[in-house]
Amino acid sequence: MADIALKTKINQKSWFKSERGFLIFIAVMLAFPFVLNLITGTGLNEGITKFWQGQFIIFFIMAVFAMSYDLLIGYGGILSFGHAASFGGGAYTFALLMKHWAPNFIKNTPIVIGNTDITMIVVLLIVLLAVFLVSILIGLMFAVTSIRLKGTYFAMLTLALSTALYIIIKSTDLHQWTGADEGLHGVPLPVWLNPTQNRLTVYLISLAFLVLSYFLMKRFVSSPTGHIVIANRENEDRMRMIGYNPVTFRTIVFVFASIFAGLAGALYSIWNMSATPTMMSVVTTVNALIMVIIGGMGTLIGPIFGAAISQVIQQFFYTWFGARWPLVFGLLFIFIVMFVPYGIVGTYRMHAFNLRRLRERLYKPFSRKDESPEEEKTSG
Amino acid sequence: MTDNVLVEVENLRKAFGGLIAVYDVSMQVKVHSMHAIIGPNGAGKTTLFNLISGVMPPTNGKVFFKGQDITNVSPQKRAHLGIGRSYQITNIFPNLTVLENVRLAAQALGKDNFKFFQPVEKFTQYIEKAEEVITIVGLAGREWVLARNLSHGEKRKLELGIMIACDPELLLFDEPTAGMSSEQVPELIEIIHQVVRRYDRTAILVEHRMDMVMSISDVITVMNQGRILAEGSPHEIANNDQVQAAYLGDLYGELA
Repeated sequence: MADIALKTKINQKSWFKSERGFLIFIAVMLAFPFVLNLITGTGLNEGITKFWQGQFIIFFIMAVFAMSYDLLIGYGGILSFGHAASFGGGAYTFALLMKHWAPNFIKNTPIVIGNTDITMIVVLLIVLLAVFLVSILIGLMFAVTSIRLKGTYFAMLTLALSTALYIIIKSTDLHQWTGADEGLHGVPLPVWLNPTQNRLTVYLISLAFLVLSYFLMKRFVSSPTGHIVIANRENEDRMRMIGYNPVTFRTIVFVFASIFAGLAGALYSIWNMSATPTMMSVVTTVNALIMVIIGGMGTLIGPIFGAAISQVIQQFFYTWFGARWPLVFGLLFIFIVMFVPYGIVGTYRMHAFNLRRLRERLYKPFSRKDESPEEEKTSG
Repeated sequence: MTDNVLVEVENLRKAFGGLIAVYDVSMQVKVHSMHAIIGPNGAGKTTLFNLISGVMPPTNGKVFFKGQDITNVSPQKRAHLGIGRSYQITNIFPNLTVLENVRLAAQALGKDNFKFFQPVEKFTQYIEKAEEVITIVGLAGREWVLARNLSHGEKRKLELGIMIACDPELLLFDEPTAGMSSEQVPELIEIIHQVVRRYDRTAILVEHRMDMVMSISDVITVMNQGRILAEGSPHEIANNDQVQAAYLGDLYGELA
C-alpha cells in the first residue's frame, strides 16, 4: 500500500509513457485471438482459439471485479466482505430482466428506426441501466452500515448482509423467478452477443470493459476525491478535523466500486448465459480478495495480474492435481502472504527504486571510463 | 456578548463516568489574541480543547463561536466555520507525502472535493497553497518524504502545517512542543508567532513550557482539576499566589 503515497508526486511523464505497460497489454490482447488463429489454423470460433478466448473473457471480467474490490479495501481501507453482493446483484438483475421482462417487451413494442430494428439495443440499454441502479442501491446499503460500525464489526456485518442476499436469492419461494439453487439458466441473448455463437464479440466487449474500467478507476484514484478516499484510509479522525466528512467519501467509494462490480456481474451473466447463487456467495468475494492480495493491494494493475494468475492456476492446477487443486493453491497462497505480503505489483514498486539503483551501479563501470562530469550528473 | 469575542464557553462540563474532567468552565477568547491555557497534568486542558473543536460533546454547557451556538455542530462543520486544531499526540497521515498531507488540508474547504475524474495536478491552487504553508513551517525540501519517515520535530511541524493550511480563524494548538528538545522550541514558537500575528488569527494554546507561554501569550488561563484557577495577563499570573500554590506549593507539599 505504501506505493500510493509515492505516486501522489506530480506526474511529469507523458501519458503514453506512464501507461506504456497497459497499452502493450491492450495491443497483445487485441491481437491474441487472431494470432492464435493463425498458428493453430482453426477458425476464430472453434477449437483452442475459442477455448482460450473464453478463459480470457473470465479473466477480463474477474479483473474488473478484483479492481473494484481493491478500490474498497486497498484504496478506501474499507474491509468489506460483501462485495459479491454487487457482483451477484448485477448478474441477477441482468438475467432476471432479460429472461422475464425482455421477451414480452420485444414482442409487444418493436422499435424501428428506418429499416433497422433497434429493439434489442434499447432493451440491453434499459437492462444495463437497471443493473447500474441496482449496483448503486447495493453500494448505498453497505455504505449506510458503515456509518457507525468500524473494523471487524463492520466486516462481519457486510458478510452477514451479503449472505442474507445469497439466502434470499437461493430461497425456494422465489423458484419461479430466480430458479433457487440452480440459478437462472438460458438467459436469452441476441445472436451477436451469444458467447457460444459469437465469442469474439463477447471477447472484445469484455476487453473494452476492462480497459474502460481501468482508465476510469485510474482517473478516480488520482482525482481530488480519490485522494480524499485514500487519506480517509490513513486517518479518519484527522480528516474530520480538517473539514471532511468521512462518511460521505466512504459512500462515494462504495457506490463507485459497486457500479463496476455490478457491471462485471452483468457481463459475467452474458458470458455464462446464466446467473447462479454462487456468484453472490462469499466464495466470489474471497476469490477477488485472493486476486487482490496476489497482485498487490492499493494498485490497479495488481488485481489484473492477480486475476490472470488465479485464472491460469485454476486452469492448470486442475489438470495437474485433479480435484485436490485448491489444497495446493491454498499452500501457495499462504506462501505468498508470508513472503510477498505486498503482492506482485506492490513488492515490485517498493523495490523499483532499489532496482534502478542496482541497474545504475551495474552500468556505472562502463560509463566511468569517460570520466565526464555530465555523465555523473545524469546517472546520479 | 461583545463583538470582539471570538469564542465563548459557558458553564462547560464534561464528565467521564464519575470523573469530571472539565468542571463548569466559562471563558472568553478575544479576537486576535493569543490565549494560553496552562495547568498541571490532568487539569482538563485537552478535554476543553476536544469540546471546543467538537471531538466530543459536552455533558453540559454551551460553546459559542462568533456569537453562534456550535455546541452540537460536528467537527467537520466547525472546520468549515473556521476552527482548526493541532494535536498533542501527532496525528498526521503517515503513508502520504508531506505535500499530500498539507495539500489535503488546503483542499478541504475548497469546492473541488467532488471532481471525480480530473487529476489532482490540475488544481494548482491547492498545491501552491500547500507549498506556501510548508515553507512557513520550515519543511521546505521535504515535500516528497513520507510523513511516517519524518523525525519527531518535523512531524510536529507538519502537524501545525496541516492545521494552518485549512486557514482557520481560530487556531487551537494542543501542546505544539510536546516531546521536542529545547533547541527546537524557539523555531516552533517563531512559526506560531508568525502565523498568528502576521495573518491576524486568534489562537488558543495549551503548553507546559512556562517560558514560552509567558513570552508569547496575551492572556493566560490557569486550570486545575477541571476548574479555572486564575485568568489574566502573563504578569498577573506570574505573581498569583494560587497559581504558585498549584504549580509549586502542592507538589512540594505532597513531597514533604
